Amino acid sequence: MSQVWSYFQNHQSQIGQETWTTVWLAALPLLIGTLIALPVGWWASRTRWLYLPLITTAGILYTIPSIVLFVSMPGLIGTKILAPENVAIALTVYTFALMVRVSADAFGSVSGDAMSAAAAMGFTTRQRLFSVQLPIAVPVLGAGIRVAAVSNVSLVSVASTIGVAQLGSLFIEGNQNSDLHPIVLALILFVLLALVFDGLVLLGIRLLTPWQRAVTAR
Amino acid sequence: MIRFESVTKRYDADGPVAVDNLSLVAPSGQITVFVGPSGCGKTTSLRMINRMIEPSSGTIWIDDVDTAKGSSSELRRGIGYVIQHAGLFPHRTILDNVATVPFLLGRDKREARKGAMELLERVGLDPAFATRYPAQLSGGQQQRVGVARALAADPPVMLMDEPFSAVDPIVREQLQNEFLRLQQDLGKTIVFVTHDIDEAIKLGDQVAVLRVGGRLAQMASPAELLARPADPFVAAFVGRDRGYRALGFTTAGTLDLDKGAAARLGTDLTAVRGSTADGWLLVVDDDDLPQGWINTLELTDEQLKGQITPDLLNLGGTLAHEGGSLREVLDAALSSPSGWGVVVDADGRLAGTITAEKVLTKIRQERSAAAAAGAGP
Amino acid sequence: MTTRILADGTGLPSLSHVPTWLNDPTNWKGSNGIPTLVQQQLTYTAIAVVVALLIALPLGLAIGHTGRGSAAVGGVANAARAVPVLGLLLLLVVWLSPKIHTTSAIPGLVQRGGFPYFVPLIIVLILLAIPPILTNAYAGVQNVDPEVRDAARGMGMTGGEVVRKVELPCALPLIMSGVRSATLQVIATATIAAYVPLLGGLGSLIYSGDQSITDPRYGYPVMVSAGILVAALAVLVDLLLGGVQRLIVSPGLSGRRSRRTPTRGPVTALVGDATAGP
Repeated sequence: MSQVWSYFQNHQSQIGQETWTTVWLAALPLLIGTLIALPVGWWASRTRWLYLPLITTAGILYTIPSIVLFVSMPGLIGTKILAPENVAIALTVYTFALMVRVSADAFGSVSGDAMSAAAAMGFTTRQRLFSVQLPIAVPVLGAGIRVAAVSNVSLVSVASTIGVAQLGSLFIEGNQNSDLHPIVLALILFVLLALVFDGLVLLGIRLLTPWQRAVTAR
Repeated sequence: MIRFESVTKRYDADGPVAVDNLSLVAPSGQITVFVGPSGCGKTTSLRMINRMIEPSSGTIWIDDVDTAKGSSSELRRGIGYVIQHAGLFPHRTILDNVATVPFLLGRDKREARKGAMELLERVGLDPAFATRYPAQLSGGQQQRVGVARALAADPPVMLMDEPFSAVDPIVREQLQNEFLRLQQDLGKTIVFVTHDIDEAIKLGDQVAVLRVGGRLAQMASPAELLARPADPFVAAFVGRDRGYRALGFTTAGTLDLDKGAAARLGTDLTAVRGSTADGWLLVVDDDDLPQGWINTLELTDEQLKGQITPDLLNLGGTLAHEGGSLREVLDAALSSPSGWGVVVDADGRLAGTITAEKVLTKIRQERSAAAAAGAGP
Repeated sequence: MTTRILADGTGLPSLSHVPTWLNDPTNWKGSNGIPTLVQQQLTYTAIAVVVALLIALPLGLAIGHTGRGSAAVGGVANAARAVPVLGLLLLLVVWLSPKIHTTSAIPGLVQRGGFPYFVPLIIVLILLAIPPILTNAYAGVQNVDPEVRDAARGMGMTGGEVVRKVELPCALPLIMSGVRSATLQVIATATIAAYVPLLGGLGSLIYSGDQSITDPRYGYPVMVSAGILVAALAVLVDLLLGGVQRLIVSPGLSGRRSRRTPTRGPVTALVGDATAGP
């Protein structure tokens, strides 16, 4: 273990740079993918003809291995092979594919009774969305975002096989030099990052659902 | 028969007692109902019979065999078990659900399925349901399947835990009536749990009232329970209208019926007006089936020019049957718009009418006769 | 720190060669031909999923049936998602492969000298396939209506009979969902694993294409072609498993009413499919 630590110390600036890359490569797609998926999923939950095709497409997108998406990006959007943007965009697609299903199901699952009551009290569609559906859907959405967050972090490492520089490059380094230390280091860092992301999302959910806290505090 | 001998169940060593030193006998071939408020241990007691819950102390005997001996699975295969929402296996067809225990016992599959089909008909289900799945059936239909499934291996004993509680009142009444009919044919030893005292009184041959803390308050026939509750708790639990409900247990016997003429549908009103002092007239159809009442004094001159038609009829009042209970007859008299209760024979044809006063006289006569004979109520 | 430096960093890679490459019959023959690679990838996948099933299914059923050890299950799923598979794979490769000295080969599966890399791969694939199957088997059993379980016991089924005849069939939709999830993950990882030398599978095309990325005919177009093939393989296998699911799951479980997602709600979507990728 001490050797792992010393490896870290010897390559600090590089690792710092790669960690930063990993963070934004995981976080940016998470934010953008989720932000796009929420309204689309909400729309799908109330539009019968949209639901099935959307969910099926999302399913297919999610089925495609990430490496394939990373590799296709230059051909599709003209970036360079090594560009980290490939990863960011591919992961945005992934996050969208996952979250659109969670979103459609979360909004769709708000009980008909609550919605009818709100409508009868005079809430507009927009008010119903923000005052009724969204708060109730938050826990489910939150669970989905946590999954997406953690997945994104570990998926970033896949891109090291095609040369995109991020924490996963340490794996390649270790493999090429038959050195376990960078590999162990990177594994630890990835898991730590995943935990941090997970914790941040969890915190966000807690902040947004004060009534859950009241219930569990009883 | 099923015998409880000082059976106790407590969940923690110092914790609350669910069933406290319960001793009773559920006679063979009869329905014994366990009834009481929540927390009285009725379900716990039931579930100790088939060892779904093991007693902390005491013994339960089924036909003088200690249930604690031997394998619990084998014990259960010989006991029919019906629960509140049926608990049908969603992944099996209705037919295979019913045949579950015969399959478990290793019976020939085709024989078992044939038996299951017969049972389905017996519980009043269309044979077309056999190949459907539980998710396609309504609550009441699922309950019937549950009962059929419990009967499939022809067990001598059946345990039923609030089997009719989860359906609406109309379906519940149907199920109760059919269940009574079934029991008449089958004569099984049944222990039935319910929280509904009216259901207990309707279905039970014996009723065991349990109080919170799992103690037996009273074990008696329904008539006895209504007439002589053992203590204030039982009295309160049995509820109001006890006297009236007790009348349900005495048949009316021979009634002093008034056989005055009734008018036929379609008769000209001019012919019959004035035939009765208070204007009330019973109307029947051509088969002598009662249709309703009219009061000639309340009709307009216009209406009086025409005939007796259905739209003029007052449909109030229940019908009593000749062999029915005193309660039925009294209710018919009390609910009739004219004050005369309508009594029909076995075919539904008008037998006569009777006033509430005459029914009460009859009740008083019954009472003195019973007192003279030295028996209650 | 080594970074792959490619000479061609400018200009759009040409996609017009993709159909050409895909249609070239020489690419469909021989030990490096597409069918061989597909077969290798599928075989790796099948071995891993079957072994994972043998381990995770009984375990998940037992935990679900008895209710003991359920805390572990939740932890497993989350932990599994957080660990990058590439790292795990390369860790095992660097650690284990020097210790494996056999040079034997398994025809069609492991090349001569490939065993030191095959063992780490299979271990990683099996480890990867276990969590989705385990958590879904557990969730499937837990989701069985308690009244159904009570009725099963009450009718005289022993514990084992309850599991075999009631809990397992009722949990089948979720279990199949887990198997599909696991299979997709394994296919995806097997693709990346081809980065390691002497391991087969379609991924080797991606990486050989990457090696000659400057070549307009055998570089990027090969990577994209391989990508298309992998995507098609993943989708086809998923469809196939979906068909199997339809066949073996009792029709009484699939929900005949017009609920939108009969076997998948938000929870199962997360438990079942979110573990797919990378």
